[in-house]
Amino acid sequence: MIDFGFFAEILPKLLGGLPLTLELALTSILVGFVLALTLALAQQCASRIVVLPIRGFVGLFRGTPLLVQIFLIYYGVGQFRPQLAAIGLWGVFREPYWCAVIALTLNTTAYGSEILRGGIQSVPRGLVEAARSLGLSRYQTYRHVILPLAFRQALPSYGNEIVLMVKGTSLASIVTLMEVTGIAQGLISQTYRAFEVFICAGAIYLTLNFAVIRALAALEYAMSRHLRRIPSMMSGGVAS
Amino acid sequence: MIDAIRLLGFAHGGWGPALLMAASVTTLLSVLGFALGAVFGALAAAGRLHKSRVSRALALGYCTVFRGVPDLLTIYLLYYGGSVVLTSIGHLLGGAGFVGVPAFATGTLAIAIISGAYQAEVYRGAYLAIDQGQHDAACSLGLNRLQRLRHVTFPQLLRYALPGLGNVWQLVLKDSSLISVIGLVELMRQAQIGAGSTREPFVFYIAAALLYLVIASVTGNAFYRLERKAPWRVRSA
Repeated sequence: MIDFGFFAEILPKLLGGLPLTLELALTSILVGFVLALTLALAQQCASRIVVLPIRGFVGLFRGTPLLVQIFLIYYGVGQFRPQLAAIGLWGVFREPYWCAVIALTLNTTAYGSEILRGGIQSVPRGLVEAARSLGLSRYQTYRHVILPLAFRQALPSYGNEIVLMVKGTSLASIVTLMEVTGIAQGLISQTYRAFEVFICAGAIYLTLNFAVIRALAALEYAMSRHLRRIPSMMSGGVAS
Repeated sequence: MIDAIRLLGFAHGGWGPALLMAASVTTLLSVLGFALGAVFGALAAAGRLHKSRVSRALALGYCTVFRGVPDLLTIYLLYYGGSVVLTSIGHLLGGAGFVGVPAFATGTLAIAIISGAYQAEVYRGAYLAIDQGQHDAACSLGLNRLQRLRHVTFPQLLRYALPGLGNVWQLVLKDSSLISVIGLVELMRQAQIGAGSTREPFVFYIAAALLYLVIASVTGNAFYRLERKAPWRVRSA
């Protein structure tokens, strides 16, 4: 019943979409992280002129489907072609690739900034006061006290967000990008063997997400070294 | 701006009624998918907490696959796979030609399967959050299995699960937009139709985004009130 020949035939085709999937995921996650951190830090500022627009942006991008965001940027912004051409941005918004990257990045920025903001808020106030009373500057306090603790606190949630982003890249196929899901959809409509294609493409995504989860678990382990009571038991080395 | 208001209005030629109708389809699809997903989620959570190794492995497999694979792939699987199955049943019954699956039913099932995998984790966590003493006390009072479930486990489980269920609900609402790819005229699809026939995509996708925001905030508020005012609320000492 199981046709291994068919699997052998479609797997290379599906893997052909993997570079694009990885590219979309990595670009949006990395750029999104930088933007998310910027927004999370900016919200520590008390000024409402800074905080309110950020809250609006975050609310908009967390409250609407990613698909609407992609369509809004690809088709919606494209409506303003003459204006975009005038400022030299039409080249960017004409390409489905850049539209997908922009939508995915803004989406993960909104979610990520909330995760990081929560992490920063979880740092006990006493620690910040202690740092300040030791004479650390505002920058030093963030660099050496607040952010390391905030990152560790935020890591598990941020891991979930990364997995959601890897899954989210599949929506790029709707604006004609042939990443893994786009190729899978093409194969399904050609062969009508939905189950086999699903297993194959699904296995690619599961492997990818499994790798993400393991990498983050390793990172979390490395970041909580001081929380491990007896290091010698973990490493198996000789305690000094 | 005036054009946009006329376009989305309720007067003749306005798209307001169509968009509101589509928004109610989105809501209905999400509610039904979420409710059926609760059944799948409860079964999977029970499976993961069960003694039997087989049921644990099956439930874990279900949760891992549908939380790790893009929702779009799951939707394609059900849509195309369902059509193939229906067509072959049609051939067995002597019919000829292609039988398509109904988009609304397929969409509901897809949302149920995906959200069930997420809900299972919520229910499992909520069950584990119940203090062991509660089970012990219920046993020592002589309650039978059904009574323990009905009067002790279930009320507390629901209380612990509510915040997590609220998150899954928001996910479901946004996921329902993906059902547009199989042709169901819900909010996303209706916005596409409007954008296509008026050549005003920006107005229509903004309108769709705002309607999603409204549905999300109204229903999110309902979850919040349920959490605060529910009779099963855990009272602090």
